[in-house]
Amino acid sequence: MDVLLDPFTYPFFVKGLIVATMAGGLCGLIGVFITLRGMSYIGHGLSHAIFGGFAASSIIAVNYYLGAGLWGLASALAINSVTKRRRIGADAAIGVITTASFALGVALLKFYGSKGPSFDAALFGSVLGITYTDMWILAGVAVFAGIVVFLNYRSLLFATFDPDVADVSGVRVARVDALLMLVLSLSILATLTVIGVTLVAATLVVPAVVARMLTNRFSRMLVLSTIIGAVCGFVGMYLSYHLDVPSGTTIVLTGAAVFGAVMLVTGGRRLQRAGHLDTHTA
Amino acid sequence: MTADDRTGRGEELVHLAGVDFGYDHHAVLRGVDLSVCERDFIGVVGPSGSGKTTLLRLLLGTNKPQRGTITRTPGIAVGYVPQLETVNWNFPVTVAECVLMARKQRGLPWPSRTDKADIAAVLDRLGIGHLAHRHIRELSGGQQQRMFIARALLRRPRLLLMDEPTSGVDVASRHDMLHLLTDLHSEGVAILITTHDLNGVASHLPRLVAVHGRIVAEGTPREVITPPVLEETFGAPMQVLEHLGMPVVLDLEGNLTPSGSS
Repeated sequence: MDVLLDPFTYPFFVKGLIVATMAGGLCGLIGVFITLRGMSYIGHGLSHAIFGGFAASSIIAVNYYLGAGLWGLASALAINSVTKRRRIGADAAIGVITTASFALGVALLKFYGSKGPSFDAALFGSVLGITYTDMWILAGVAVFAGIVVFLNYRSLLFATFDPDVADVSGVRVARVDALLMLVLSLSILATLTVIGVTLVAATLVVPAVVARMLTNRFSRMLVLSTIIGAVCGFVGMYLSYHLDVPSGTTIVLTGAAVFGAVMLVTGGRRLQRAGHLDTHTA
Repeated sequence: MTADDRTGRGEELVHLAGVDFGYDHHAVLRGVDLSVCERDFIGVVGPSGSGKTTLLRLLLGTNKPQRGTITRTPGIAVGYVPQLETVNWNFPVTVAECVLMARKQRGLPWPSRTDKADIAAVLDRLGIGHLAHRHIRELSGGQQQRMFIARALLRRPRLLLMDEPTSGVDVASRHDMLHLLTDLHSEGVAILITTHDLNGVASHLPRLVAVHGRIVAEGTPREVITPPVLEETFGAPMQVLEHLGMPVVLDLEGNLTPSGSS
């Protein structure tokens, strides 16, 4: 029993646990909109793009959140703009922009070294790298995201389901989209140190997909995805201590295990719902 | 906008004057002049790719004209019912959640008592009140159309625009839909629909617009459903007979032209 409770005696771990739970819940909440818009790839791309900002801000000694945040927001808006011009080939364009940004970040860090969070922590997440500042910033972003979703619930839902009709029904779709991109980039930024660049996309997608398999109602999907994300964050961080592997890895593996369990219980029948989250077929 | 009671069509709600529109240097519509008035019930007919949906989107305001002007009555509420084929049926919403989207959020995200009462009333009015908590995929084609009409009606529109409302529904549902639209029209809602279906839908409407890259003809079914207009619009010769005072379109082999989507 002592072995199980042992990690809770370390303040750094308790702090990491709180951060991971908040990060999981936050990604679960935002992930619903991202997956339903068929933008799962944007989470992956954006986290890589933000890594370039992380490296650049680290080298020129600008606050990590400010430098990477501005870089990330600019990337998010650019990606959102590109995804609307489908004929260009949005996936390819995102791939080029974001992986180039990631490669630039790797090159910069190799040349100059990091003055902020470590390279490995940025890639895979680390409980050791989490500061109280990180915790409060994440709490602030989580509250901000919650308020944005609460106050703009119907607009976000309408603009996600049917942007054209929403536009002519009084929803300012461009504003709603920009707001969502802002929240997404802030969320990735704030969760980067605990989950890591390479794995943050999974925390955006997995809880939403599992929630979709469990419900047909949007409001329930939002709540379920947030809870699943938070639970995966908590359990994943706890396992990370015992297994001594990066926290992002165990958080994502916990999510994958939940996904597998739900698929097993539902016999895979409901996978079809999640398999075509953004398809437009009658 | 001035009233135009000389034609019996009432006040002009939307007016297109010399409108051109295209995608990537490919012209879809040229020189369109069209008025939609408050007592109109218009069917827009034409083959696939003729510009029907583009015309609808110009009226709606989602497409901006490359040339010409579009004038709308200020503050007019326009309801839009999309083509069922364009809808993401895997999206996790129930019928009630879908209809609620049309109601602007004031404060709390969940529906107020008034919202709930209005949604129940509009769904009952359309005969799908018992389906309020079903997922949208669990509805038949006709019920899905009614759900989107309910969403449009929640905004109390003066003009209702519908893209292929009878496409993909069975004959009985098509009749029900026409009756429903006739009722809405008699209650004062101006309606404009696109359709492929000349015999099942278009010939029953009071006013038609034939489109093929431009407006080929406009008027009553007797004026529009004629061999020269149909040949120019659909690019194939057709025969027109009269049955119970309504035009009936046959192809050259004497068969009824296909109904519904083509």
